[in-house]
Amino acid sequence: MKIKRKTLYGYLFISPWLVGFLLLVLWPLIQSFYFSLNNMRITPTGLQFKYAGFNNYLDVWLKDMFFVQELLQFMLNISLRVPVIVVFALIIAMLLNEKVKFQGGFRTIFFLPVIVAGGPVIDQLISQGATTVPMVNQDVILSILTQFFPMWFAQVIGELFNQIIIILWYSGVQILIFLAVLQKIDPYLYEAAKIDGGSGWECFWKITLPTIKPIILINLIYTLVFLANSSQNPIIHLIYTNMFAATRGYGFASAMAWMYALIISVLLLIIFFVFREKKPKRMI
Amino acid sequence: MVFKKTKSFYALLTKEELSAKERWQLIKGKLVRFFFGFNDRRGFVMKLVIYTLLVCIGFVYLYPMLYMFITSMKSLEDLLDTSIRWIPSALYTENYSQAYSVMNIRHSLSGSLLIAAVPTMFQVAVAALVGFGFARYEFRFKKLLFALMIFSFIVPPQILMMPTYRLFSNLELTGSLKAFVVPAALGQGLNSTIFILIFYQFFRQTPQSLYEAAEVDGASQFTCFFRIAVPMAVPAFIVAFLFSFVWYWNETYLTTLYLTSQSNSLTTILLQLQQFQQNYEAMYPVTENSPNKINEGIKMAGTIISVLPLLIIYFFLQRYFVESVDRTGIAGE
Repeated sequence: MKIKRKTLYGYLFISPWLVGFLLLVLWPLIQSFYFSLNNMRITPTGLQFKYAGFNNYLDVWLKDMFFVQELLQFMLNISLRVPVIVVFALIIAMLLNEKVKFQGGFRTIFFLPVIVAGGPVIDQLISQGATTVPMVNQDVILSILTQFFPMWFAQVIGELFNQIIIILWYSGVQILIFLAVLQKIDPYLYEAAKIDGGSGWECFWKITLPTIKPIILINLIYTLVFLANSSQNPIIHLIYTNMFAATRGYGFASAMAWMYALIISVLLLIIFFVFREKKPKRMI
Repeated sequence: MVFKKTKSFYALLTKEELSAKERWQLIKGKLVRFFFGFNDRRGFVMKLVIYTLLVCIGFVYLYPMLYMFITSMKSLEDLLDTSIRWIPSALYTENYSQAYSVMNIRHSLSGSLLIAAVPTMFQVAVAALVGFGFARYEFRFKKLLFALMIFSFIVPPQILMMPTYRLFSNLELTGSLKAFVVPAALGQGLNSTIFILIFYQFFRQTPQSLYEAAEVDGASQFTCFFRIAVPMAVPAFIVAFLFSFVWYWNETYLTTLYLTSQSNSLTTILLQLQQFQQNYEAMYPVTENSPNKINEGIKMAGTIISVLPLLIIYFFLQRYFVESVDRTGIAGE
């Protein structure tokens, strides 16, 4: 009887979320999957469905001019930006973890973008060119890079430099998370390592990094989801325009959104399996 | 050690029995210690590197804000003059007064406050309840439901957008505050998953024996929640309030979807910023005798105005933002 009562209360407490999940996540998911299998037309009398099977999905890959192109660009961007953001966040967190003066002041500065960075604000800043470091000459970097790398790769890296401020601006939350976990590492570990003759470099690789590995995973996933769902993302813009386009409509846009979601999930899974904590093998 | 009794380094150096070579060795040792540190103390070189890096990165972070501020203070002549980069030639606030009237501030500010504050309250309250439910009770399918919750964070909003929009317009929720309050009250607001996780972490850290003791004394489960759990979770509440407020304030994706499609009175500052150019051209049409043309200065002034309320909040409450992760233990134990 006791156990049953606990179950009841548990469900009672989470019931708002449960209702919300069923109504606002699961049901729309099913619906949008259904949409994606149909050609939809908005007529004065209501929505018209025409079953199309997986044609919409084929069209996304074969007939849309931009999707594949944007997707490749996006994957390339993501695979560079996510590591850059996370590594930068880790470096800044480690700098802040040193005993520095004005630690609070620096933290305030590094966390400022989280507060300010709304969609239109960033759009405005990008269009005004406020997000490029003025001292860095893009053309010089690009011309040097093209000597060593193929053009497409050089362009991506050039763009990375071009948007370095925006990229840094996205790392506020990650810095905080890293900082919190760095402060929790037991100082005795470092002391013991030093007595055994370990250098700072070795301490970083053998103590710091393994301890914060789960947090790196969390930050990677957070960054990826954040970038993938941000309104600066061209693919999301593409889905949005297709939704209201006369020739394409809801069905096509749904199919595109599903394909996009699938690809993001695959990326997440890859990250997860690379960085998850491996269970220590038992020695027999 | 012979030199132990000497008071200062200088007195040590000027001791007469030292040869020049020994003196030089002493100075060298001191210098090496000063520059490279010893034991746990960082040397001067290392400190210099750390501070330089911090200041440089800090500058890179602040640069867009500075740029925004400076540009917004420039008149058209200053903008065209390439020799003026950082310091405008005169104090010029015309940009602000123009941007102020274009953005219809009084109206959009109240809209922004409403859209940021009301859903936040619902969202935080529900997140606390759900977090408590997950943390305190054991029930069937708990792990599955927990996984589903995290899954709902990862699902791209675009998939859900169209059916949700249809659902809301069928229920006649669009175009009003309800379109934001209802999802928030059902735990599906903006980033609700993160807040639920914050509360989950927090409530799990409070000792279970407290609740058990209260139960023995005859407290009901809800009394436990309101009298024990909530008062202890004040830091988590503050953090959740602040973040939720900021995220709702900066939200444009949903506001565009729910508010701009209908012509209605509710609008937010960021929506105004999005449509800044059109609004400006409508308000100050280009005529022959008054060549009004939008320029960067006015745009930047608009941007500053739209972030200013958040900046003010931030400077008063930055302690809570910055310490948030430590306080709520998001990073896990």
